[in-house]
Amino acid sequence: MHLRLRHLLLPALLLSAASALAAEVAVEAGDGATERLVEALIMAKPGDTIAIGAGRFELKEGLSLQVDDVRVKGAGPDATVLSFAGQTGSGEGLLVTSNRVVLEDFAVEDPKGDGIKSKGSDQITFRNLRVVWTGGPKESNGAYGVYPVSSQHVLIDGVTVSGASDAGIYVGQSQDIVVSNSRAEYNVAGIEIENSARADVYRNVATHNAGGILVFDLPNLPVQGGHDIRVFDNDVVDNDTGNFAPKGNTVAMVPKGMGIMVMANRNVHVFGNRLSGNGTAHVLIAAYPNEYEDADYMFVPRGVYVHDNEYGAGGNAPDGEVGKIISDISGTPVPDIVWDGVTRIPEYFSWVRPENRVYVSEPKATFINLKMISQMLLPWGWWPDRDASGYAGSLPEPAPVKLPQDSGA
Amino acid sequence: MPRSRRRWPAGLRRAIQVLAALFLLAPLPAYAVSDDVILADTPPRQLSAFGFFDDLAAQKPAEGVIPFRLNTPLFSDGALKDRFVYLPAGKAAAHDATEAFDFPVGSALIKTFSFPADYREPDKDIRRIETRVLLRHADGWQAWAYLWNSEQTDAALKIAGATVPVSTVTAGGTPLDFAYSVPNKNQCKACHALDNAIVPLGPKARNLNGPFPYASGEENQLAHWAAAGILAGAPPPAEAPAVPDWRDETAPLDARARAWLDVNCAHCHRAEGPASNSGLFLTFGEKDPVRYGVRKRPVAAGKGAGANEFDILPGEPDDSILVYRVRSVEPGVMMPELGRHLADPDAVALLRAWIAAMDD
Repeated sequence: MHLRLRHLLLPALLLSAASALAAEVAVEAGDGATERLVEALIMAKPGDTIAIGAGRFELKEGLSLQVDDVRVKGAGPDATVLSFAGQTGSGEGLLVTSNRVVLEDFAVEDPKGDGIKSKGSDQITFRNLRVVWTGGPKESNGAYGVYPVSSQHVLIDGVTVSGASDAGIYVGQSQDIVVSNSRAEYNVAGIEIENSARADVYRNVATHNAGGILVFDLPNLPVQGGHDIRVFDNDVVDNDTGNFAPKGNTVAMVPKGMGIMVMANRNVHVFGNRLSGNGTAHVLIAAYPNEYEDADYMFVPRGVYVHDNEYGAGGNAPDGEVGKIISDISGTPVPDIVWDGVTRIPEYFSWVRPENRVYVSEPKATFINLKMISQMLLPWGWWPDRDASGYAGSLPEPAPVKLPQDSGA
Repeated sequence: MPRSRRRWPAGLRRAIQVLAALFLLAPLPAYAVSDDVILADTPPRQLSAFGFFDDLAAQKPAEGVIPFRLNTPLFSDGALKDRFVYLPAGKAAAHDATEAFDFPVGSALIKTFSFPADYREPDKDIRRIETRVLLRHADGWQAWAYLWNSEQTDAALKIAGATVPVSTVTAGGTPLDFAYSVPNKNQCKACHALDNAIVPLGPKARNLNGPFPYASGEENQLAHWAAAGILAGAPPPAEAPAVPDWRDETAPLDARARAWLDVNCAHCHRAEGPASNSGLFLTFGEKDPVRYGVRKRPVAAGKGAGANEFDILPGEPDDSILVYRVRSVEPGVMMPELGRHLADPDAVALLRAWIAAMDD
């Protein structure tokens, strides 16, 4: 009897303690809503849910959350709107620097800089959010819509981003990433995974951007050597918005009509995607084209495997400098899959290890290796390679990314 | 010799006790710093409760509260700043050659932001806007901002920040009206963060290593702190690092510019800071030109890049992102992104001269 009572009481006590700690702080629209929201985020305690009511919140300063284990929840991405049209300070709309944070069911409109950023967060979830620059694609829009950086265990699910002057969904210098069921449209880049390790990008729609999905690795950053990226089961269609990025940004070189672009990086798998209506090329695999000063940086892609994608019409309107370089060699329409063929010079004269090669297994698609090193070294005795059979083979696929926040923790 | 002692009647003793109690309870300025208030779990509602000042309105510090200045300060819309440090009796901060000193638990750093009615007479008609305090608790630093009342007699805790209209006249005689932002609690940490913990920024050896006009006469601050027993392990000032006053035209241009960037940018732009992901590191000690921006391409600058390809293009200040962002007052472009709404034309001129003088 004694024992049984203890067994009954203990869980009950734990439950009541947990519910006493986990408060729901409601912030409704109306008078003083902005200050109440700022204060709620500042004074949040671990375990709290900040429930933002339906309506518009006009914010003059960026918001920030620095408390672990907090859920910020709106009444839906069309119902709860945080508008930053009148913003006078801060580099983003909402900045999260704490761990185990869930952001869901609200919208951020017209931030002057980035939309929603996490810096240095572990287990950060962006779910069912909308980040929109309401004036459409403009150079003066902020750079990134959903922007986890230097973060770990990143889940981006069911978000919509439109109008970013760099990337709608941008994950940088992060590890263990899932980007799924999201929609990126009318951005310069739809989805970009940069200098990051272990990312699964799947079941997204990237449309009406300049470039649909980018997997990049750049020099001179604290975290380099992006690797183990899977881009699969996405619809990358009709990326037909002119590049409106401010000149000087790396993304400004991405031509209108780029489907999926892999630049530098290691062990990147592109498969099962549906690509059509991308006027420059459906898939481009390329080296980092700029001069740089960084002894640790690997400028060529290492190990890329493209297979079993579906290709519709495309390559009919190669755009910009990159489109011209490609189409001057390939002619128009540009083949579905383009590799610039750049390797390191020692490898050019010897061989490339199997795990570092580019593999293409697409019986129905067109392909070209531009062989740009040969073009540079042997301008009079050089020709591109259009036969994909020389690139047959495969790479072992990285394991699916597992996130602790997926298991209901 | 027999000890004689006069005993007052009990009634009189009681009256004296009551009078003393009344005197202590009376709303007079506090006469000593309260260690208990500094270390309390929650900050006091009013700035006066700390007892940092004998005369709060005049910013006359209490005993043990030492004023200091920085060789090169942060630009905060041109605010005048009074800085003070307090350490609990008998305690000393540990010297550090690079970072802010390691202050003992119970220490406080106090900074009051004010604007004169007219910069042509900066000592007259000064309006105090806010006083920020950093309190060293056992589990780290706490940052709070106090907003001064319109009577200018005390300041009240403000957690959610505030916007204060400021009207003044520039040194050039032009009227200037703008909205000054008192930071909210989270914004404090947006700058005062190192590896995601709150830290002081100003009191570093290199920025304190200079003279201060103490009541007792002018003296080097590091020497004064060491003599006062609040700084341990400091080398003699001549051997300690120093940055110049960025306005000192007799100092080398490179050191002046790097000192300005160190104080105005490097709290975020360093490997352990909030802008680490940019890869742009602007601490005074950074030796790698690419890391401090020379021919470094932007990463996440967006429209902040303007039409420029590099943070610093040697010889070409007007094609350098650094100048573009320091000059801007547009949110999303301007740097620093917090703490100012105005540009500092003198700083822009310094950075332009520095980049113009760089060899291509």
